Amino acid sequence: MVSLIIILTASIFFMGIVVRTKSLASGRKGPGILQPIKDIGRLLRKGSVYSTTTSFVFRIAPTAYLVSILMAVLMLPYGNTPGVLSFEGDFVMFAYILGFGKFLMIIAALDTGSSFEGMGASREALFSMLIEPAFFIVMGSLALFTGHTSFYDIFSSLHFGSNISYLIGSLAAFVLVLVAMIENSRMPVDDPKTHLELTMVHEVMILDNSGFDLGMILYATPLKFVMYGTLIANFFIGDLSLIWSLPLFFTIQFLFALTVGLIESFMARFRMSHNPQFIFILTSVSLLIFFGVLLVLGKFN
Amino acid sequence: MFEIFNLFAFALLVIVPFSGIKQLARLSALFITVQVLIAFAISIYIFKQGEICFQYPGSIITGVLNFKADYLSGWFIAVISFTFLTGTFYGIKYLSKYKQEVSKLRIHAISYVLVYTSLIDLCFIQNSILFLVAWEIMALSAFILVIFEWEKPETLKAGINFLIQSHICILLLTIGFIWIKVKTGSFDFSAISSFTAHHPALGIVLFILFFTGFAIKAGFVPFHTWLPLAHPTAPAHISGVMSGVIIKIGIFGILRMATLIQTDYTLIGYFILAVSVITGVYGVMLAIVQHNLKRLLAYHSIENIGIIGIGIGLGSLGIGMNNSTLFLLGFGGALLHTLNHSLFKSLLFFAAGNVYQATHTMNIEALGGMIKKTPHTAYLFLIASLAICGLPPFNGFISEFLIYKGLFNGLLTNHFLFTLAILFATLGLVLIGGLALICFTKAFGVVFLGNNRSNLKTENIENPLNVVPLYFIALAILVIGVMPFLFSDALLKVTSSFNKGNVTESVNAMHTAFQNVSLIGFVSLVFIIVILAVLYLRKKLTKNKLSNECETWGCGYTGRIPKAQYTASSFIRTYRKLAEPLLFIQKEKKLPNTLYPGETSQTTHPYDKTEYWLIDKPLYWYRWLLKQFVFLQNGNVQYYILYGILFVTLVFMFPLVISKIMDFINFLNQL
Repeated sequence: MVSLIIILTASIFFMGIVVRTKSLASGRKGPGILQPIKDIGRLLRKGSVYSTTTSFVFRIAPTAYLVSILMAVLMLPYGNTPGVLSFEGDFVMFAYILGFGKFLMIIAALDTGSSFEGMGASREALFSMLIEPAFFIVMGSLALFTGHTSFYDIFSSLHFGSNISYLIGSLAAFVLVLVAMIENSRMPVDDPKTHLELTMVHEVMILDNSGFDLGMILYATPLKFVMYGTLIANFFIGDLSLIWSLPLFFTIQFLFALTVGLIESFMARFRMSHNPQFIFILTSVSLLIFFGVLLVLGKFN
Repeated sequence: MFEIFNLFAFALLVIVPFSGIKQLARLSALFITVQVLIAFAISIYIFKQGEICFQYPGSIITGVLNFKADYLSGWFIAVISFTFLTGTFYGIKYLSKYKQEVSKLRIHAISYVLVYTSLIDLCFIQNSILFLVAWEIMALSAFILVIFEWEKPETLKAGINFLIQSHICILLLTIGFIWIKVKTGSFDFSAISSFTAHHPALGIVLFILFFTGFAIKAGFVPFHTWLPLAHPTAPAHISGVMSGVIIKIGIFGILRMATLIQTDYTLIGYFILAVSVITGVYGVMLAIVQHNLKRLLAYHSIENIGIIGIGIGLGSLGIGMNNSTLFLLGFGGALLHTLNHSLFKSLLFFAAGNVYQATHTMNIEALGGMIKKTPHTAYLFLIASLAICGLPPFNGFISEFLIYKGLFNGLLTNHFLFTLAILFATLGLVLIGGLALICFTKAFGVVFLGNNRSNLKTENIENPLNVVPLYFIALAILVIGVMPFLFSDALLKVTSSFNKGNVTESVNAMHTAFQNVSLIGFVSLVFIIVILAVLYLRKKLTKNKLSNECETWGCGYTGRIPKAQYTASSFIRTYRKLAEPLLFIQKEKKLPNTLYPGETSQTTHPYDKTEYWLIDKPLYWYRWLLKQFVFLQNGNVQYYILYGILFVTLVFMFPLVISKIMDFINFLNQL
């Protein structure tokens, strides 16, 4: 329960920090921290326009998308307290529930019959396919490392002993940061602030959404970021008491938002055709983690 | 029970040739329903009371005919029967378009009953000769089912391909059975166990022989090439039944052999795991690039066979390593996926059949916007697509979860090679999941959503008869997804039949293996409820808000051309570019190369690399070789008589010549 509350809290501020960082980095003052969430609130109160081409898929997809992320959040533990839903192999369900939301968003984009949205849908489908192995191998290595197969058991028994396990931890954090960037269609892969539909991934998929639905889709982004941030934070929280872990958690989320902002400010977007290679690199990095774990456990024999 | 079951089939065979078109549908529906009810009763009896054994005296050739239905048979009887039941009712509606061709329908009905009956009988038979006879009946009648529209040349071609390949399968099985007969002198299946118990090394060879034979039926790569040809040409209900259950008899065969053959299962486990991962990934990789909806689904069957195979491989490794968790999760996942796949794949094929009858095309590129013409079919196809991608809250997730859980449990064992194998199996399964997502977003999105891409005339063909059977399947899909614990007892019983005493089954392991299956069902249920709650909330909140309808935002472009939509080819273009080195795609391009661009076009024809290298090329060389002797066939009767005389002379001369040579050698030796 703790994780759910603090994740929802952190998600309110997350995008504000990212936007503020980007503004400061480009020499502007920038909007207040709460501006993005206020924008979402405004959208939720608005009416909407639906395309005549669309069917019921288009109307339920944003809801299913947001709920899929909420369900995934429910599985995340927080330090020593398990998530609301915690069972062996929950990270498999975590990934597949997110996949459900993605599936519906992709077909909702195809539902509009627009060529631009189809383009975004195509890219989203491909990128999410390519990103999946990295996540699974990271989780598999952690499972191998700790001997458990649920988020809670993995994170509560994760202890860093030797030097190489620090390397594993930082590599895992690196992979998770990039997974979060790609899952949210952020900078090195996609530029959310671009003004050309041909180069967009996620933004172009939701061109036709408006009002309440758009609000839900936009809120999904910070929620997803904080979700991955929580995974990273769990590496470090361990069995700290709540008094120490809460500030630590928010600091990590803050640093994560800062990193996202900085990456977006100082990195250029890749050419679309280079994205698959880039994403697949993550899989090889996660394989490194896996072999690192094998090394630590002394299984090479 | 067994006799009554077969009697009904026989009765129908006798009645069908004399029945009119009206009675034909009613009679076959009635008889098959009764048969299915009997089969369900048998299956329930097995799970409640334990296995059924009985025997017939048999003949001098066959020996005593043993029949046994254990839990494995019970499971497959239930799986096969359910799909045949829905397939019958859907098929009757589907075939009502062909009312005029009564004789065709009669032979179709006969073959249909024969396939069903022989499939169920195969689950009982414990005698190799009888097994081969039933298998042959099944293969031949399946062939007749496939060539329903035999006047089309491509149907006949696909049918013959299927016929030949299913006989290669029979050939391999025959070799295996003869081997056992020669070694032990018995046709009974128990001879296989006793023989391999004494010769474990030969057991591996025997297993691989049988595996190869059954793999042709099941569609493991590289023996899958008949599948994508046969499925698109068969009528939709046959494709559904064939993909749903007929190819599963191959899986049944492999599992049956796993219960009989006693040998080193670690090696076999690695072998099956490797073949299955390749099968799964290769199947879905090819599925994505297909333009024909039914062919796409056929390639997807190959992928799912791969997933089932990963489960079987894991289970075998569990036997080999005496790891009961792995054993239970592997076989349990494979068996549940067999059931699940039979449900969603038949649903997909039936839905595709509805699309075909509405539009008379299966070309994905020509379709679009079908959700407005055939809404029920679209819902059903969507449910099945989500299920086949293994997404919660549907049934595909449950079985994939069991296999995943087995994989992650396998990671924890202390063996380097094993860990590595598991790693690659996990990678394969994850890739299969991701690629299936691309495949089915493409299939559903392009066929059912957007606008129609070519001005196809579509008829509204939906009526209760071709939708209700499909809703039953969808219901089953959802029930397994939300209440998987209903099946965990049955799964435990079935998996126990693979245990030949090498795996120490602890009650504890069973609990850890299946304990959270019910929890997953609960999470899936919560997921559905939360979605519905948020949808309700959304409705409440937006009730008083303005809601307009308008055309799709075209980024400033206001013309409304359906052709400007994203097509299936464009949707997968980036993927195709990535996967091109592994696939075999023939492209024809016509570029604008004059000053004023004229007509341009590009077509892609996906082809199968294994089919090219394993079937087309050898056939080509073989024909080249035979062509060298074509001068012999010159049409002159005199020559043919000469050949005959030459042949007879040679036959007589041969022993003489041999003996002369021997004499000569002897003479040389004496020098």
